[in-house]
Amino acid sequence: MTYGPARALPGDQIRITTNPDTEPFWQAAKEGRLTACQCGECGHFRMPPTAICPECGSRAKNWPTLPGTATIFSFAICNKNPKNGEDYVYVPVVVDLDGAPGTRLNANVSGCDAEDVHIGMKVSVDWTPIQDGWVLPNFKA
Amino acid sequence: MAWVNQDKCAIVGVGATDYYVRGKSWPRTINDMAAEAIMNACADAGISHKQIDGFSYYSTAGAGYLDKFDTASLMETLGMPHISWSATLTSGGGGCPGAIGLATAGLMNEDCTYTVTLMALQQLPQHRLGVVFGAAAPNPENSFLQPSGLVGPGHLMSVLARRHMHLYGTTQDAFGEVVMATRANTHNRPKAVRKEPLTKEQYDASVMLADPLRRLDFCLETDGAVAVITTTMDRAKDCRHKPAVVHAAAHGGQREWGRAFAWMGMPDPHFASSGHKFTADRVWAQSGLTAKDMDVALIYDHFSPMVLMQLEDYGFCEKGEGNDYVLSGKLRYDPATGKGVNGGVPVNTHGGNLNEAYIIGMTHIVEGVEQVRGTAINQVKDAEFALVSGGPASLPVSSLILRKD
Ligand SMILES: [Zn+2]
Repeated sequence: MTYGPARALPGDQIRITTNPDTEPFWQAAKEGRLTACQCGECGHFRMPPTAICPECGSRAKNWPTLPGTATIFSFAICNKNPKNGEDYVYVPVVVDLDGAPGTRLNANVSGCDAEDVHIGMKVSVDWTPIQDGWVLPNFKA
Repeated sequence: MAWVNQDKCAIVGVGATDYYVRGKSWPRTINDMAAEAIMNACADAGISHKQIDGFSYYSTAGAGYLDKFDTASLMETLGMPHISWSATLTSGGGGCPGAIGLATAGLMNEDCTYTVTLMALQQLPQHRLGVVFGAAAPNPENSFLQPSGLVGPGHLMSVLARRHMHLYGTTQDAFGEVVMATRANTHNRPKAVRKEPLTKEQYDASVMLADPLRRLDFCLETDGAVAVITTTMDRAKDCRHKPAVVHAAAHGGQREWGRAFAWMGMPDPHFASSGHKFTADRVWAQSGLTAKDMDVALIYDHFSPMVLMQLEDYGFCEKGEGNDYVLSGKLRYDPATGKGVNGGVPVNTHGGNLNEAYIIGMTHIVEGVEQVRGTAINQVKDAEFALVSGGPASLPVSSLILRKD
């Protein structure tokens, strides 16, 4: 099928909330820095950030700066804006984050036609301003 | 090792309301439909609804995730003199057959004598299941999922299906065959919502909602209620019908399936799976049986690819071979012989969530009961064992084997 350009969902329609476990990720995003939650004890990465390392039980956390690149693990192609039902082609992707083994993000990809997105495709982070002054990591081809 | 509660309890009554297209049940209230289903199930069992003294729910006692079942209100509505068991499986529709295992726990503990497992669903515009995740207020966890626009269960399952296609060469044709094979079982079912035979051309023309999934790969949106009554085998002997014996029941799941509906962190090969391997292995261990021993399989089918992945997780075929298994026609029920096709085990002889009605898994239990009673509309010849599954969804998911008495 032919869909045409993949576009990220409009940032002005997107809201997030945070808690003390997740907020460092979003604060880093505001600074244009992609990070992931890493155990300060055993080095295991986990996302979304949680209070305790599932591997060793430690509460210590690091927030290293990642390269900002990723590989598409899977995706869907959608053609309706979920907020208002209007025709809108977007591609939700699940990506493996470089530099943080075992972690993923769910995001949108743009910069290519939707039908050209494929598993294994290399993408790089692309920041989308959203409501309340937060910034969302999306990806571009 | 055989399950300690094997063959000690049975489902003795099933009851339902009519099935309505989403939103069409109004002005009936959800408690009206719930009560009708319970009273019909009791009549089927040959007991009074005032004899019920236990509730075994699933989906956190949620009706469509937004309304809640309240034991006290149902007691008052039905005039039940007392209850001595009220319990619910956590998480969502994946717990449906597991709720029968929960009933067994209450019965074997001598806490109660007749339990009811219930789902009533009314999808008014503000209560649509298909948009419930997207409409949810942002919270710290879903803030890592919702902004991607993966807002409905179908979106989430489409991503899993895509990975399965990538790893194993699975085709959309196989998803279509799941829909067509189970649709073929509804033409003679009076209450089924989708009864017309479905051609491949019609399937291929179905609108793409979340590529690679088409509208017809999505289950129906239905209103209605279904209830079933479970009791001990000694009490079951006095009921109207032959008992549908609870041979094995398991709920749970393993960590690699992760948060599933709430996050996409599952590693391969669990990502491209139904997350059922753990409970599948448990029911087979409890029962000493395998997939090949089943006479009929009632497989939770909110989305067609998840049927294919469950067939793999339960061992009807090897992992990665679901595509060929499905396309060889092995899901089909042959009315001429009352058996499967090409050595397969018939799947969803009632049409399932995709074609008959979607009451969050309860119709699969009803069909399993009728098959081992020998009274099903599309009766499998000499059916002795029926598998019922609940999920894929957030954990726990669950599995049940019913046995002919
Ligand atoms: Zn650790």
